[in-house]
Amino acid sequence: MSFPTLQQQAGLEWQAFEQPERFRILIGSATCGRAAGSLEVLQAFESELAKQGLSGVTDIYEVGCLGMCYAEVLVEIRGKDGNRVLYQGVEPRHVPALIDAQLQRDEIYLPLALAVMTEGEEIDLPSFSELPIIKHQVRIVLRNCGIIDPTRLNHYLARGGYSGMAKALAMSPEQVIDEIKESGLRGRGGAGFPTGVKWGFARQSVSDQKYVICNADEGDPGAFMDRSVLEGDPHAVLEGLLIAGYAIGASIGYVYCRAEYPLAIERLQGAIAQMRDQGFLGENILGSGFAFDIKIKKGAGAFVCGEETSLMQSIEGQRGMPRSKPPFPAVAGLFGKPTNINNVETLAAVSAIMEHGGAWYAGYGTEKSRGTKTFALAGKINRTGLVEVPMGISLRTIIEDIGGGVLGGKKFKAVQTGGPSGGCIPAQFIDLPVDYERLAEVGSIMGSGGMIVIDEESCMVDMARYFLTFTENESCGKCVPCRMGTQHLLKILTTITEGKGTLEQLETLRKIGDTMKHASLCGLGQTAANPVLTTLKYYEDEYRAHIEEHTCPAGACRALIQFDIDPASCTGCGACVRACPVEAIRGEKKQPHTIEQQRCIRCGSCRQTCKFGAVLVR
Amino acid sequence: MTQMPAHNNLESLLAEYGRERDNLIPLLQEVQERFRYLSPEAVQAVANHLDLSENDVYGVATFYAQFRFIPPGQHHVKVCQGTACHVRGSDMIMDAISRTTGIEPGETSADGKFSLERVACFGSCALAPVVVLDDKVYGRMTAAKTQKLIEEKE
Repeated sequence: MSFPTLQQQAGLEWQAFEQPERFRILIGSATCGRAAGSLEVLQAFESELAKQGLSGVTDIYEVGCLGMCYAEVLVEIRGKDGNRVLYQGVEPRHVPALIDAQLQRDEIYLPLALAVMTEGEEIDLPSFSELPIIKHQVRIVLRNCGIIDPTRLNHYLARGGYSGMAKALAMSPEQVIDEIKESGLRGRGGAGFPTGVKWGFARQSVSDQKYVICNADEGDPGAFMDRSVLEGDPHAVLEGLLIAGYAIGASIGYVYCRAEYPLAIERLQGAIAQMRDQGFLGENILGSGFAFDIKIKKGAGAFVCGEETSLMQSIEGQRGMPRSKPPFPAVAGLFGKPTNINNVETLAAVSAIMEHGGAWYAGYGTEKSRGTKTFALAGKINRTGLVEVPMGISLRTIIEDIGGGVLGGKKFKAVQTGGPSGGCIPAQFIDLPVDYERLAEVGSIMGSGGMIVIDEESCMVDMARYFLTFTENESCGKCVPCRMGTQHLLKILTTITEGKGTLEQLETLRKIGDTMKHASLCGLGQTAANPVLTTLKYYEDEYRAHIEEHTCPAGACRALIQFDIDPASCTGCGACVRACPVEAIRGEKKQPHTIEQQRCIRCGSCRQTCKFGAVLVR
Repeated sequence: MTQMPAHNNLESLLAEYGRERDNLIPLLQEVQERFRYLSPEAVQAVANHLDLSENDVYGVATFYAQFRFIPPGQHHVKVCQGTACHVRGSDMIMDAISRTTGIEPGETSADGKFSLERVACFGSCALAPVVVLDDKVYGRMTAAKTQKLIEEKE
């Protein structure tokens, strides 16, 4: 079948999906939706529809993630009048009322209604595109997430999918590389190297066999952009990988995906099978003479495998240890052959760029950081989720307007970007425009896009210790600066959080960090000290308080704090007594309670439970 | 330690894989998925199949966090240690599970009922803190909720 015919068929299926006489229910069922209970909601809809005799006239689809994780489970219902209403926080118990209201009585079920998806209707609900979390976004990489059924190739095709591939295959590989160069796209895995230039190197290498690899080993704790794209729109990534293969002259592509993402792997497998069926993989793709195939390799849980040379070792069946460069992978990579590695988000942008043109993409962003970037917004923030914004947007817009500010009205303290390789950006930089250069200027990095909001209750020394626990554990041990450096940093930080540190140790932390930066073999070691160095730079006071006064100003370091009950605000309700796992709280009913300090393990359960704010920490 | 009953199917599993080195990790993954852990017999069989030394296979297997060398418990509990989970109190959750089950991360309880594992990040950060019990993801957990969840399985 020719490509235009395929597109036509897909268009028909999409039309039927979009404007039918039938009812339609979309349930956000990516991993986070499922964790919030989307599959139970799905079951409830199926059984309730059957009960109300509507099964025959209603279609249910599982879609990917709209990025509004705070509002999961999200359900979109299109009823009789064609209005599409988005409901939030849906639980199985709400389902009968939802069906009854919108499908039987043509009404909106107001208690859960969040927005109306259809524009221009006279409905007393905000429109989806005007929601504060959506309004500032430009969704290029996430263009289809939560909109299409990711298991249907036709949905992807109908929304312009694979037209970038068709265009690329009609061009010369050099022209494709020029198009990507024009877009200004830089590697979204974290390092920010210009993608077109990288492709150019691999193109120039002469070899009988070349490889392209999609790095889907999203290892940064706190980042889930890649998972969301793979689960919600796998073809966008695979199309990008195929285009990369064509551009550099590779006939085999690998997707190296973390084993912790089973749904992403399932979606990739399904999508690859569909590509084969349609002749998008195999010999002579779309009659262009280009041959290409894609294999999936599951990661096995090693953060260092996000590093290119480690990742390739892992595919070869070795311990995933990095090696020194040169030779660069573009010259000698996987199995010793020229190899190009790009991250998931980069490749999902590539397919969009080939569809709409490099100049279009370059129209977004700042001079040196073009296009958009996805961020995983989490931590102490009201609207957690996944957002895609043009480069250059301010941190304030992301945190306050999109994210709805700090959870529980607490004070904003810092935002952590770049995961264990990044740093903490303190509150005074809230108006900083987000791009590669500006983040680097304040000592952090763009990283892959994790953005963790930290409030006044988080201790910066503890944050640094947390990240070092991670990197110390994940250091592969091949080079001394990283192996010993992470161990010693962690040891010192632990001493400080226990109130046993000395002021001299602060200088030692800086020295070790500096050595690691310059002498480590790979990115893991070179950046592992960043969380320590940035917190030391901006929060030295907090370090000093632990050392000199043996206190943790944020009230987070367990060795240095004590919980007490304020007799004035305690009502004696007994909720804390039931929450305490070690029976450390005593008191008569309706009388102020007390905490027995010898027994208390400082788990904070009482503080979490108390509705009256009577549990104090000092 | 009880011998896994299905070990005799190992040969047929191996036969599905070629003898190239790059099959090592996928093979270990499938063996573990099928038999729940990597027993010494299984490692030996994989080594023989790929013509590698057992040392070499252990070298690779121990490098990656995914592989286990003792049988997991009847209920396998994973606690996410991601950044978002950390700032929302995953340490307390890990402590609560340890207190309830009497085991530390990486261990299996003496009665074989529970095993506990720390996982770097599940990527469900928006629902932090996250606990995974027998492959079902539970979001927005607290120490008390987790303790209850575990006690229900006892």
